Amino acid sequence: MSDALRTEGLAKTFTLHLQGGTRIPVLRGVELAVAPGECVALAGPSGAGKSTLMRCLYGNYAAGAGRILLQHQGSEVDLAAASPRDIIAIRRETLGYVSQFLRVIPRVPTLDIVAEPLAARGMAREEARGRAAALLRRLNLPERLHALPPATFSGGEQQRVNLARGFAPGYPVLLLDEPTASLDAGNRAVVVALIREAKQAGTAIIGIFHDAEVRDAVADRRFEVAPLQDAA
Amino acid sequence: MSPLLAARDLTLRFGAIPALDGVSLEIWPGEVVAIVGESGSGKTTLLRVLSGQQRPEAGAVLYRDPEGAEQDILGMSEAALRRLMRTDWGFVHQNPRDGLRMGVSAGGNVGERLMAVGARHYGSIRAEATAWLKRVEIDPARIDDLPRHFSGGMQQRLQIARTLVTRPRLVFMDEPTGGLDVSVQARLLDLIRALVADLRLAVLIVTHDIAAARLLAHRLLVMRQGQVVEAGLTDRVLDDPQHPYTQLLVSSVLAA
Repeated sequence: MSDALRTEGLAKTFTLHLQGGTRIPVLRGVELAVAPGECVALAGPSGAGKSTLMRCLYGNYAAGAGRILLQHQGSEVDLAAASPRDIIAIRRETLGYVSQFLRVIPRVPTLDIVAEPLAARGMAREEARGRAAALLRRLNLPERLHALPPATFSGGEQQRVNLARGFAPGYPVLLLDEPTASLDAGNRAVVVALIREAKQAGTAIIGIFHDAEVRDAVADRRFEVAPLQDAA
Repeated sequence: MSPLLAARDLTLRFGAIPALDGVSLEIWPGEVVAIVGESGSGKTTLLRVLSGQQRPEAGAVLYRDPEGAEQDILGMSEAALRRLMRTDWGFVHQNPRDGLRMGVSAGGNVGERLMAVGARHYGSIRAEATAWLKRVEIDPARIDDLPRHFSGGMQQRLQIARTLVTRPRLVFMDEPTGGLDVSVQARLLDLIRALVADLRLAVLIVTHDIAAARLLAHRLLVMRQGQVVEAGLTDRVLDDPQHPYTQLLVSSVLAA
């Protein structure tokens, strides 16, 4: 079976033009491969570039060199070379990302924030809301909050909205950046169960898990992201 | 699929100042493209050239009409261009007074556009105008009031209703939230975001408001001195800006 996601020689260097063109190399020669149904935990000290790698894999940061190969609708695409319109389609159908923080859209109710990626794939609005509500309930977000915009929610509640939005569509590849950072034990267990179910369904997962207990419960292996030497 | 609007190598100078310097872009069906940049970067000029209101010195603008035929916007007659503006296209001005008829009632402003595309039945025109006032969060009881008695935010929402009532395929927006209070801006942005998604409109929006661009746009073009210095996926351009000018622009935004 071919990999769901594979990088070849992925590199990323930031050039800070406002700081006299200072160059900060963060990633070099990253060779990461994840199979369908597999969960890989990114490991390495703080500042090693784990989050930068995640953002490159999502197309949020531009890869400096190398390829990011994804299985997308039956064929292989290189995200590092894809057009913006292709990346939008890849994100809609194939690639999900749960960031640490929810980017709140003013006035949009929680239920619609979670249902939106389902509707974008063509699911009928009511069915999408139904699935969104079920997932929010499972993440212990009470029904009375579903109609409210999450702007005033606590950090843990916002993170659960984010998780529901990321898990709802069943993306073939899912990126998780510290998905349990502000959750209590009960909700951490729900997230572990969601990750296991996604793996069962064939989802390839790449995660940053600072919680060792969660990591050991879901990850099949670790992938070391080592800090680069400065001024290389 | 092919682009709805495609511009190639647009060039225009005002005296020695390059307003447009080899600008090319495409807008595809259903996508929102934002052009950001400071005052004088050429972004409003670009919008005027793309919508046929101003002629460039060189370059081409092609529009694919509903029948699938390519129309050369720069070679079009005034009458054909006006017809396009009434039917297939919409234009939301920064100042609602430029897009509304201030001496005509709110309902009339919306209904007039419907009549321009052939609607004749008074009852259904009024019903549709009422529905659109509700949709842009204006109390339908105000349908017979003149827009000059509306607040700036209401006027802007009325202009949006007037523009969208005929279901245009492509909408040009020039700083639609400029000049409004911040609280009013947020509401308007959210309204635009929801309408654009529901109607699957293609939108070209010119703004200097980076937060508005992030909220609304799929793609972003950064303009400076008549040139597009950077273009790409909105979140990529804003979170990992490559060009020195984009880095300056993004770093100058105050985080709330």
